[in-house]
Amino acid sequence: MSDKTIERVASATPVRVARKVRGLSDRAVAWIFVGPTIFLLLAINIFPLIWTINLSFTNFKANRPNRVVEYIGLRNYERILSDSDIWLSMQATAHFLFWTLFFQVLIGFTLAWLINKKFRGNDLWTTIIVLPMMLSPAVVGNFWTFLYQPQIGLFNYVVSFFTGRDPSSFEMLGSVDLAPWSIVIVDTWMWTPFVMLICLAGLRSIPDYIYEAAEIDRASKLRQFFTITIPMVLPFLMLAVLFRGIENFKMFDLVVQLTGGGPGSVTEMASINLKREAFEKWRTGYSSAFAIILFVTVFGLASIYVKALNKVKER
Amino acid sequence: MMRFVKGLSTFRRGPWEMVATLLIAVGVFMLMQPFVMWAYTYSFIVTLIGTVMFIIVSHFPESE
Repeated sequence: MSDKTIERVASATPVRVARKVRGLSDRAVAWIFVGPTIFLLLAINIFPLIWTINLSFTNFKANRPNRVVEYIGLRNYERILSDSDIWLSMQATAHFLFWTLFFQVLIGFTLAWLINKKFRGNDLWTTIIVLPMMLSPAVVGNFWTFLYQPQIGLFNYVVSFFTGRDPSSFEMLGSVDLAPWSIVIVDTWMWTPFVMLICLAGLRSIPDYIYEAAEIDRASKLRQFFTITIPMVLPFLMLAVLFRGIENFKMFDLVVQLTGGGPGSVTEMASINLKREAFEKWRTGYSSAFAIILFVTVFGLASIYVKALNKVKER
Repeated sequence: MMRFVKGLSTFRRGPWEMVATLLIAVGVFMLMQPFVMWAYTYSFIVTLIGTVMFIIVSHFPESE
């Protein structure tokens, strides 16, 4: 920056402000800039977290604010960790998490690999594939409910076309066996493009000269794929798994729209159970303890992933 | 193996992070497994110990 520019900027500062700022150290000026952000972070993230930890040791009920709050120690944690309903909701979450990640990584990477090939209409296909990700989960949940309708739904007709079964003989959202898979299908449909985009970024970051060197060394296409493509895309893929894993662990909106946790409680995942405890049964202390258990789990998983990501980057 | 034990005894980051990671992974598995209730009951304490350990040991010096 030239001296003239600096002078112009300095002269633009109002005299009153300039007088106030004069005499402050660089550190103090830095704190003035960073201070509001730190304050917001403390107010919006850290304070609620500490408050939730505090509530998790009490029998507080938010719908009875005048009741005397008692500290009950670890009793909320004991109850949650011996509650078979919550254990079932954890299993439902695990099923959803595992299969959505599996399909999203598999299909997302395959799509990215195909889109990365140079062909006509490449950009148009990318846009079309990315469309589901841009929709609101409420909208997606609503129209998939129609698609899954046994009488008028397109999904059942497509399945019957390939399998020969009567379209109205099975109900995706109403069957205990099929409902967990129906939410896996919708989430995979909606979020595979996200994994694809991240993988595409990884594939496009691989320089062509690496493949050219491999060609000169007469490496087969399969060997190039496993020794160049996969290792270089792996950090991106792990990032996608981390993002989707954390998002799906706390999945709520889509499942509420599709099944509402039913039939029975086969699709009642941890987040839905938590919401019921907190805002339907109004067991605030109990649900705070539940929230802390989920928080520690997500935090632990995120730590592992960040470590793994750094290791892959170092290679 | 000896290197791993030596790393643990001299408070090096690598081996201790490995132990913490293992605890977190085991804790999460215990939380979500459909087999035995007692594993679910003790899952949180295992994950919590792993997570807190991870935060602490990530400040240990790197292995030579």
